[in-house]
Amino acid sequence: MSVLEGLRLAVNGLLSNRLRSALTMLGILIGVSAVILLVGVGNGASVAVQQQIQSLGSNLLTVFPSNARSTGGVQQGFGTGSSLTLDDVKAIANRQTSPDVVTAIPSAGGRAQLTYGNQNWNSSLTGTTQDFPSVRNYQLASGQFFTSGEVDAASKVAVIGPTVATNLFSGADPIGQVMKINRQNFRIIGVFAPKGSSGGFNNQDDVVVVPITSAWSYLLGGRGRNVQQIYVEATSAEATTAATTEVTQVLLDRHHISDPTLADFQILSQQDVLNSAASTTGVLTLMLGAIAGISLVVGGIGIMNIMLVTVTERTREIGIRKAIGARRQDILLQFLIESMFLSGLGGALGILIGFGLAKILPLAVSTLPTPVISTPSVFMAFGISVGIGLFFGLYPANRAARLRPIEALRYE
Amino acid sequence: MITLEGITKVYRTGEVEVPALKGVSLHIPEGEFIAIMGPSGSGKSTLMNVIGCLDQPSAGRYILDGYDVSALSDDQLAWIRNRKIGFVFQSYNLIPRASAVHNVEMPLIYAGDNQQRRERAMAALESVGLLERAGHLPNELSGGQQQRVAVARALVTDPAILLADEPTGNLDSESSLEIMKLLRDLNQQGRTIVLITHEPDIAAFAQRVVRLRDGVIVSDERSAVTTEMAR
Repeated sequence: MSVLEGLRLAVNGLLSNRLRSALTMLGILIGVSAVILLVGVGNGASVAVQQQIQSLGSNLLTVFPSNARSTGGVQQGFGTGSSLTLDDVKAIANRQTSPDVVTAIPSAGGRAQLTYGNQNWNSSLTGTTQDFPSVRNYQLASGQFFTSGEVDAASKVAVIGPTVATNLFSGADPIGQVMKINRQNFRIIGVFAPKGSSGGFNNQDDVVVVPITSAWSYLLGGRGRNVQQIYVEATSAEATTAATTEVTQVLLDRHHISDPTLADFQILSQQDVLNSAASTTGVLTLMLGAIAGISLVVGGIGIMNIMLVTVTERTREIGIRKAIGARRQDILLQFLIESMFLSGLGGALGILIGFGLAKILPLAVSTLPTPVISTPSVFMAFGISVGIGLFFGLYPANRAARLRPIEALRYE
Repeated sequence: MITLEGITKVYRTGEVEVPALKGVSLHIPEGEFIAIMGPSGSGKSTLMNVIGCLDQPSAGRYILDGYDVSALSDDQLAWIRNRKIGFVFQSYNLIPRASAVHNVEMPLIYAGDNQQRRERAMAALESVGLLERAGHLPNELSGGQQQRVAVARALVTDPAILLADEPTGNLDSESSLEIMKLLRDLNQQGRTIVLITHEPDIAAFAQRVVRLRDGVIVSDERSAVTTEMAR
């Protein structure tokens, strides 16, 4: 008996019990579409997180002051120290000692209350220097960024993110306007272009950036002229490791520390963050896939159940076929093809429905990351569903093939 | 054509051994129309299963068309059933979801014989006079017609013997006559036919009648005389 003949028999058999076949297929269909959709969502989340981190700049290093030690040697919390200075920044940016570093900028800030007219907005304040846009991948939508002259002069100028512009000025042009930052007048000279990474983590569009000198003088009163973080731009994403080594050496020298394990600072590269995020989202995807996989197994058991019923129902037919010359393998093939056809068709429909849901669901639930469905996962889902038909069809088909013809013929 | 030598068959029901055939020897030459008769429990169904290669004898030798069938595997028996034996059952045993012509061509499918499959099936249907019903499902046919489809299915592989197990058991007398005349015609064309029945009227169509009782042959006679009905 050829496979084609078996396929014809299978379709014939399935059509004779349409409702039952459809319901059985539904089990696999739901399983496969759940796998497609949930793995897609997992991948989508992974892509979204990576894009967000990438938008910070993949060649970015962040230097934090490490745990401050009180005189008794008691360690305090992460980033509580105040060991970094503006001179450290200048030393790091020196191309002589650190050839893999493009430039470095200091950062100091906190939350700030912004007021314009009768509008209020609470935003994230950053004091920094003129190289901030290039290091942090910010583009200007309008106006300009402050210059080194304005940093040296501690000018009361500010550049705001698009979220701030929308909430404070609601459509009006903010350039040239004077707003209050923590009750101090600052003139707005520029607005950033959106970075397109709203939702999750810190909103990079909800920022206000001022010269670090102005922040020290007017806004961060009482905390001294310390630098909370140094952002270092490496020449490329690949050069971050070399740049980390160079920055470590420069800072160890400047801080007169000979033992690297006692360093009063820590360096975090964006690559590290990216890697840890990737492994986190990888686990998420795996977990979603596993949950969906369970429903696929349940669907497979449904197929086995129905195939067992079918074999019992068709005992007499099996007897007739054996009497007129069907061999074991003919009967085995017939029922295997039937169960594989059932699961394969269910799988194919499940892929279509999974695709459809992946398109529709993000429209209905806006917080859902856009599912990313990879071609291999589609082929894999189809392959697995056919495999499930094979695996769960094997027992019933074998049972049919082993029926003895006289007993099968006598069956009523 | 068929040689049975000392065939015994013992069924085992738990601890008890029930002998169904106690040493049956029989020779059926080619072209013979033989009827095997006997009351229920005489072992005729068991004999039919053995002759039809649906069951293996417990002991004895069975030679069918030159093949020693007593020692074949399941798949080899399937091949023998497919090529050498055509079955006609009391309850027709057609596959309900398949059309008449598809039922008839089914043995050819298992024979792996794809050459002019449909044509040969149609020819077999024509020989039983059911060409115009080829596309009908079994439940759209009368009992007599269904049995004729079954005869066509039995003939399509051109088997060595036609094995008919109470072929008229479910039919009215008119249809019974039709089927028996069909079998007689086939025999006259040279086909070996083994008929199993308990009705003397039906057995009268055969040239030779073997009577079975309690698992042994009690009589084996050639009848030159045929009944009124058979004529």
